[in-house]
Amino acid sequence: MTDQTTNSIAFVADGTIPPSPPPAGETGPIKWLRENLFSNAVNSVLTILALLAIYMILARILPWVLNGVWTTSSLAECREVLQGKVGACFSVLTERWNQLLYGFKYPVDQYWRPNLALVLLLVAIAPVLFFDLPRKLLAFTAVYPFLAFWLIWGGTILAPIVALLGFAAGAFVFQTYGKSSFAIGFFGAIAAAFAVWIIGGALIPEGASDNAMLQAVPSRDLGGFMLNLMLGVTCVSLSLPLGIALALGRQSDMPLIKWICVIFIEFVRGVPLITLLFVASVMLAYFFPPESTVDLFLRVVIMITMFSAAYIAEVIRGGLAALPKGQYEAADSLGLDYPQAMRLIILPQALKISIPGIVNVAVGLFKDTTLVSVISMFDLVGMIRGPILASTEWNGVYWELLGFAALLFFVVCYGISQYSQWLERRLATDHR
Amino acid sequence: MSTLTDPPNEGFRLSMLINDTRYRSLTFQVIAAVVLALCIWYLGNNLIQNLRAAGLNISYSFLGDSAGYDINQRLVEYDSQSSHARAALVGLLNTLLVAFLACITATVFGVIAGVLRLSNNWLVSKLMAVYVEIFRNIPVLIWIIIIFTIMTAVLPGPRAFRGDNATSSMLFDAFAFTNRGIYIPMPWFENGIFASTAMNWLLVLAGFAGSWIAAHQINVWANNKQEATGVRPKTLSLILAAWLVPFLALMLIMGLTWEYPELKGFNFKGGIKIGGPLIALWFALSIYTGAFIAENVRAGIQAVSKGQTEAASALGLRPRRVMNLVVLPQALRVIIPPLISNFLNITKNSSLAIAVGYADITATLGGITLNQTGRAIECVLLLMLFYLTASLVISMVMNVYNASVKLKER
Repeated sequence: MTDQTTNSIAFVADGTIPPSPPPAGETGPIKWLRENLFSNAVNSVLTILALLAIYMILARILPWVLNGVWTTSSLAECREVLQGKVGACFSVLTERWNQLLYGFKYPVDQYWRPNLALVLLLVAIAPVLFFDLPRKLLAFTAVYPFLAFWLIWGGTILAPIVALLGFAAGAFVFQTYGKSSFAIGFFGAIAAAFAVWIIGGALIPEGASDNAMLQAVPSRDLGGFMLNLMLGVTCVSLSLPLGIALALGRQSDMPLIKWICVIFIEFVRGVPLITLLFVASVMLAYFFPPESTVDLFLRVVIMITMFSAAYIAEVIRGGLAALPKGQYEAADSLGLDYPQAMRLIILPQALKISIPGIVNVAVGLFKDTTLVSVISMFDLVGMIRGPILASTEWNGVYWELLGFAALLFFVVCYGISQYSQWLERRLATDHR
Repeated sequence: MSTLTDPPNEGFRLSMLINDTRYRSLTFQVIAAVVLALCIWYLGNNLIQNLRAAGLNISYSFLGDSAGYDINQRLVEYDSQSSHARAALVGLLNTLLVAFLACITATVFGVIAGVLRLSNNWLVSKLMAVYVEIFRNIPVLIWIIIIFTIMTAVLPGPRAFRGDNATSSMLFDAFAFTNRGIYIPMPWFENGIFASTAMNWLLVLAGFAGSWIAAHQINVWANNKQEATGVRPKTLSLILAAWLVPFLALMLIMGLTWEYPELKGFNFKGGIKIGGPLIALWFALSIYTGAFIAENVRAGIQAVSKGQTEAASALGLRPRRVMNLVVLPQALRVIIPPLISNFLNITKNSSLAIAVGYADITATLGGITLNQTGRAIECVLLLMLFYLTASLVISMVMNVYNASVKLKER
């Protein structure tokens, strides 16, 4: 039987045939190339054009960067070192590093103060940005503005302490009386804060700044990228509450308040920031009491804050409008009054919707801080166009300086936008 | 357990101003009005005192005085004897010019980049993503300065075009890229129908308008015929004729010729000169805003659900018609509102002209005129008035267009 079967059947498979590999064109990198880069004629042409463009850009930039000179003290010396080769003169960055970051007037031996303020800023801002951190850190965030003011401007420590005490008194009054009636707590808090400021201001002795622990630095000595960062952080944090108030005001049933907010928002959004900066530099002084000198930094902060508050207000209004009407009605039906409903139900949801928009405004605002160079403040761009490019040593080093400025802004702005995307994913509570 | 009853009528108490919803809003508005009036009074009072102390008054008569400065880039007649008002007008037209040009090119860049970012081609879409991220995250002022530096520091001077062994040469013998600006040939009419050039160009524009109406009529006629008989007549050649014939005829009759820029002495003469600041501002605003528009376009196209494309294909429409009849009309609804605000941003950002010395209204009225006359308040107010008006007009025009494409609901 065995003989017969073996003879009549020519071949018996005693195992499965191993799967043969796919054809070379359908696997690995070749498949990927075919599908993603050369799927049809148009795509192939586009790919080749893109490669050509990348090559042309890199061929210009790479030798320039790689041949860069970092250690000379003037452009002429750079040219000597390079001897006609293509190469960047990065030594302008190393030589003028301090000027680019701090401006040209901030006392050199005090650079640790802005540096420390920046490090503390990261600590203070962390609990705001990342919710997983312990909430107690927020106490430091509350103290930070006064600490940073003292670190950067120096002078007597009494002024920021009085300012802080004013806010503390306001918060205390609001905590005590705000529970029973929001309005009484609110106006009481404002009155208490002003009382502390006026009394405290009178108590600070004349000339307290003269022999203070930290040497006083006037605002006009601030400059460089530090000025951009300070303007950006200050104005964004000030304009957020103002923007919320404007957005709520615009939604209000009270016609007078509504129209004040509408006119303010539309006016500010209709004019370019540069005209507002002109107002700050040449016009605002007329509106302050005679013989008072409000320094330029404060005037610029006021105008930029107004500017970004109007934009943030519109973003938040979008968030408020996106909430279903049921949320407002539910809050009403629970018997919550207006402040409670806003604080507990409406704003948390509306702000969450508005986060991408608010971050956009913040990034735009930070980029717009470069405009202060037009009204002759020496921020990063102002430093580059003014003292550095005008100096005899570095006259003509455009690309290194502009590239450095562009890189700094890119890193910060790109970082913020990546954070915003992370936050959106983190806060997404809808079902996916 | 309480039942619904009217509140007992207990007369008016002071606390009701805050605790009773009937009066509360009134109380707050009165407080707001008082605070507002106090602020206005305080600021106005300060203003009056400061003006008196400085010996100034608010007056617009300086606008009639002779300006005394020159403006290179101008669309209307102007010399240094002209009035400040005339200088402001030159600046105003320059602002509108650069805003108009930048809006068009930014839209072109944005649409191309936005569509390419959605391309299946991995390399191209990544390249566009890099473009968008780089340009969105770096201040526009830096871009303007960078492009202005390219214009002034990299391009050769007119001297380089001179002599037998010139280091630079004109493109097609018609375009010259120099560090003083770009020179292009200027078209003009040898025997124009009207005496002034502007009128002749208006005539050409009228010709285009006529062509547009004719092409529209041809389309209507073809549609009617298709609805009546089911067969659409071929219209391509007719429409081409409607566009080309009047244009070519006008050009022939009026004798179109080109005036080429030529190197004479130390500089180019003839042709149209586009100054370096204008190019820098125009190009920088275009690529910067183009990056934002690209994101809007991408979002708009992605907002059209895939089912729409598939349904259109299932109906047997060809890809081009799917795009034109189904995807684009729906995507436009999402794209246009942010596009409007981008156009507004261009108009407002054109005020950065002052950084590169382009004579827009911020540079003339808000810059030189303000510094010469010291009339800060009047100049800044006029400047704001102009930008407010421009913003309102642009958003009005674009809103009309938006209304025409938006979803028609009951």
